[in-house]
Amino acid sequence: MFDFLDSGQYDLLGAFWVTVQLTLYSAVGSLIWGTVLAGMRVSPVPLMRAFGTAYVNVVRNIPLTVLIIACSLGLNQTLGFALGGDNFKEIGFRLAVLGLVAYTGTFVCEALRSGINTVPVGQAEAARALGLSFFQVLTLIVLPQAFRAVIAPLANVLIALTKNTTVAAAIGVAEASLLMKEMIENEADALFAVFGVIALGFVLLTLPTGLLLGWVAKRVAVKR
Amino acid sequence: MSSVLYDTPGPRAKVRNLAYTAVFVVLLALAGWWVLSAMGEKNQLEADKWTPFVTDGQIWTTYLIPGLLQTLQAAFLAMLIGLPLGALLGIARLSDHAFVRIPVGAVVEFFRAIPVLILMVFASALFVQSGVDSEIRPLYACVTGLVLYNASVIAEIVRAGVLSLPRGQAEAARALGLRKGQTMTHILLPQAVTVMLPALVSQLVVILKDTALAGALLGFAELMTSIRQISANYSNVIPTLFVVALIYVLLNFALTMFASWLERRLRRAKKGKGGTLPEQRAGEPAGGPAEKDVAGAADAPTS
Repeated sequence: MFDFLDSGQYDLLGAFWVTVQLTLYSAVGSLIWGTVLAGMRVSPVPLMRAFGTAYVNVVRNIPLTVLIIACSLGLNQTLGFALGGDNFKEIGFRLAVLGLVAYTGTFVCEALRSGINTVPVGQAEAARALGLSFFQVLTLIVLPQAFRAVIAPLANVLIALTKNTTVAAAIGVAEASLLMKEMIENEADALFAVFGVIALGFVLLTLPTGLLLGWVAKRVAVKR
Repeated sequence: MSSVLYDTPGPRAKVRNLAYTAVFVVLLALAGWWVLSAMGEKNQLEADKWTPFVTDGQIWTTYLIPGLLQTLQAAFLAMLIGLPLGALLGIARLSDHAFVRIPVGAVVEFFRAIPVLILMVFASALFVQSGVDSEIRPLYACVTGLVLYNASVIAEIVRAGVLSLPRGQAEAARALGLRKGQTMTHILLPQAVTVMLPALVSQLVVILKDTALAGALLGFAELMTSIRQISANYSNVIPTLFVVALIYVLLNFALTMFASWLERRLRRAKKGKGGTLPEQRAGEPAGGPAEKDVAGAADAPTS
């Protein structure tokens, strides 16, 4: 039943490696972009707050599939942005990362903002009484405490991101779900085995992430 | 919250904020100009690429409205099947019997760990083998994938909602002689619904958005597939993307608005009955722990 694995026809590890790469690049990008957005949403400048709020509410409500297709069909094929990629494979990968970052950044932003809400008011007040500026209060006092409180929610965002990388198959990035489609077409009689193998791969990716980050979250939590 | 991070701006801070605003406006304008000039270069700004959406009714009757109806149909079916199934799984996971609790827990955790797309692709292939009519197959596959995934997510929401209630509620129900089933349906679930509502509705938004997956990969003719059809006929990719994204945003925004209205209403109705005690600070056991805990738990996901 599992002989399709030995045939050497399918690069299972390679496909999952692309999934892992998509996850890692998008995770780093969306962490940065989400932090910037959260900073905007709590800033004293009304225009930045408005922009942050509008961006989050709009992008969060668009399906990721539409965003990634928009990156490919709109940005790349119509407007001609290639993000510095040379070939179809590279461009597709980068466009998928761009779409994932734009989408996941909003969830990171919302998680961080709720984390900022868990920091007691006295912390920020004491920092201001010492004469720190808004930027200093945010980066030295509030965000370090907020990040510790949001590790568990961010872990959920990361797990969701891992699963969302499958959407990149919509623009032909050769990751696990695209391989699964190909395998199912060729190995119709081993349908359940194919599903089992791919599902196992995702369980192996998401379950340890959740357990590890849950443990980290407990360790670094600010005791109040 | 935002006002906690900074004082009310004085004269100097006001000037500084104005300077930041100016810099930000310049940056936004630069980004906007960059995008618009790129669009202009590829002729995506021309009026006749945008006007079909207003003047040509066919674009709506042939592509957008049928697509939207398919999207809504799939989302509605998935909610209709997924909600009761999820509630059932959630309650089963709280069972006192290990032979119910453990297998259900394994099923829920398994389907939660797998991407919806994988489930949809699997369901589609399964339906091909069992000879489901190819007309209806994409819809079935889409709904099956959505139900399997979302029922397990809803199960977790229900479980968390029931567990967030004070233990005294179940104990009091048992003391009155209610059976386990009665305790769940008459005492715990009605209270848990208020707590679960924000999470449930954000799940509905997720379902609605995930229908687009089947459009991209299984050939399900929903709202998103109309992007390719319209842009092939009118060669207006960017305007079409814009309009379709706008429809999704409005739809989901309406759903979220409805949820927050419903939540406010439910909580007000709850407060109306059996006058609540004045709010007490932490550490004081008095002050209606039930009311306070429920409200507190309901606040957590929305904040």
